[in-house]
Amino acid sequence: MSATLFDKLWDAHVVDSIDGTDVLYIDQHFIHEVTSPQAFDGLKTRGISVFRVEKTLGTADHNVPTINQHLPIKDPMSKAQVKKLSDNCAEFGVELYQLGHEKNGIVHIIGPELGVTKPGMTIVCGDSHTSTHGAFGSIAFGIGTSQVEQTLATQCILMNRPKTMRITIDGALAKGVFAKDIILYIIAKLTASGGTGYFIEYAGSAIRALSMEARMTVCNMSIEMGARGGMIAPDTVTFDYIYGRERAPKDKQWSDAVTYWSTLKSDEDAIFDREERFDAADIAPMVTYGTNPGMGIKIDAQIPEVLDVASFDKSLRYMNFHKGQSLIGHKIQHVFIGSCTNARIEDLRIVADYVKGRQKSKDVSVMIVPGSKQVEAQAKKEGLDKIFTDAGFQLREPGCSACLGMNEDKIPSGEYCISTSNRNFEGRQGPGARTILASPLMAAAAAVNGEIVDVRQLY
Amino acid sequence: MKKLTTIYSTAVPLPIEDVDTDQIIPARFLKALTRKGFGNNLFRDWRYYGDGNEVKDFVLNNDMYSGEILVAGNNFGCGSSREHAAWSLDDYGFRVVVSSFFADIFKANALNNGLLPIQLSKEELQKVFCAIEKNPKAEFAIDLEAQTFTIKDSESIFSFDIGSYKKMCLLKGYDDIDYLLSQRDKIEAFEKQQVIY
Ligand code: SF4
Repeated sequence: MSATLFDKLWDAHVVDSIDGTDVLYIDQHFIHEVTSPQAFDGLKTRGISVFRVEKTLGTADHNVPTINQHLPIKDPMSKAQVKKLSDNCAEFGVELYQLGHEKNGIVHIIGPELGVTKPGMTIVCGDSHTSTHGAFGSIAFGIGTSQVEQTLATQCILMNRPKTMRITIDGALAKGVFAKDIILYIIAKLTASGGTGYFIEYAGSAIRALSMEARMTVCNMSIEMGARGGMIAPDTVTFDYIYGRERAPKDKQWSDAVTYWSTLKSDEDAIFDREERFDAADIAPMVTYGTNPGMGIKIDAQIPEVLDVASFDKSLRYMNFHKGQSLIGHKIQHVFIGSCTNARIEDLRIVADYVKGRQKSKDVSVMIVPGSKQVEAQAKKEGLDKIFTDAGFQLREPGCSACLGMNEDKIPSGEYCISTSNRNFEGRQGPGARTILASPLMAAAAAVNGEIVDVRQLY
Repeated sequence: MKKLTTIYSTAVPLPIEDVDTDQIIPARFLKALTRKGFGNNLFRDWRYYGDGNEVKDFVLNNDMYSGEILVAGNNFGCGSSREHAAWSLDDYGFRVVVSSFFADIFKANALNNGLLPIQLSKEELQKVFCAIEKNPKAEFAIDLEAQTFTIKDSESIFSFDIGSYKKMCLLKGYDDIDYLLSQRDKIEAFEKQQVIY
């Protein structure tokens, strides 16, 4: 019988079922400092060890400073949390890329970068953007701390099988339109809850044409429409990306792996619970104007005239925007280029390409935060750090940074930040902060101009 | 995990849609190392001004409303996977959240902590909001075994869905982890036949 890629992989990982709920085997578990301490405590209370330490990998990312990482963390609670992760990993024998380690970084950046993330796997992490790893043709999704504990204890979680949705995007993207715009466009079409209950497969020629890093950007934000995860069937782009990475299969194992990975696709006549189709030519550079990622518009469109919906009005009040308004020319005070959505080397190159020889506006502060130590090192190797410094951009050390108002990097109340991250919720970047989500090029252009511009005008 | 069988209570109305986990518990309060104490910061930035003073008209600060049931607008709990959202609702004293739609991860996290998410239709949810608006002390009855939600004043009875496994866990106070630990032999057998790269 024909099946979707998702169903094939899910079926291959079901250990058992109880009353319609599946015991799903997890091939790879990533952990970080925020959602793991209570899970390790659970193991201690039960007096049990980590069932498969070799399938568990830790990093410190959410709660770390992004300057002076060699100094002790100032905030005592952040410091205690990061230390707790080290202590727990040491006690249970879990491999950890601690703060300052040359391979430290945001969990969803380092997994793929190290070659840990591979096609056909089931991957979980106590973080909703685990969906990023689906770009490799794996089932990857975020879990809560109780499930982190389950995974540590048994390498399995209990879960009901989600429904499947295929989103097909055919055609070519216009200049100035990036993976970030594709996903913001999709979320704007389907709404912030439109994907709830589904696991998405992205398909079509526009998706195939994306680089591996761009595919990760798309899958990363699947959760922003409520979908548990998003995946893209692996192909030569995937294999080329993995080849030679530290944890990639080697020699004979490599060719066996590629042979197997090449079979990972939905059958021609597979039936999805839902199908959506979009035309790549219809996608423009996107910006959000509200307080959920579904509130996005094409840069040359106006904020919609939604009549008297309390939550919509509340959202616009928070952002201090009004119906019918265009965001072109809107002044911003901060630019944040970073997060697991857009802090890979390609993102930094896009920014550098544009800002080379230009200067940031004097009214804007710009933070550029690489996703990992390796991205940071690569940027320096390519001389991008110099371009950024010359432009007045501050290149910082890796971490989640201003993606979430948890560490030292926050946006002040009432001020606007154009951000390459994934969430524009109220207070996400700090209490009262006003977030506008966009692509790295949109962010870079706003940094230089001090206001939001349509990047298609740059060409 | 606490058992949950029946609940009789008044309810707190929060008729806002798309309440995300950053509102339920902002990231800066996720630094604790235990599951306790998150209730103090539940809905922190809606509940308090930056200077720590109460926002008088926010429902949790309004003496008119109380109870173990939170009734919220569509798409409750969207956003992050932080289980702290469920912990903070539970720690505050809620045992049930009612909405017309829940985000998946939130729903799973709630169920794993003995907090019951009850999904009603949009019309039913509207009736619940109306009942509270008419009488802030309106009482509601939840019977998990029968899967019913009753508005006592009007005797309207709504039924809700819950997976049979999770229902059993809540009724008996079982954790998933107890069940999974009992399955280790099967898990090891599964591993033996798995080919991985
Ligand atoms: S960068 Fe942001 S979204 Fe990504 S893992 Fe960190 S906090 Fe979560």
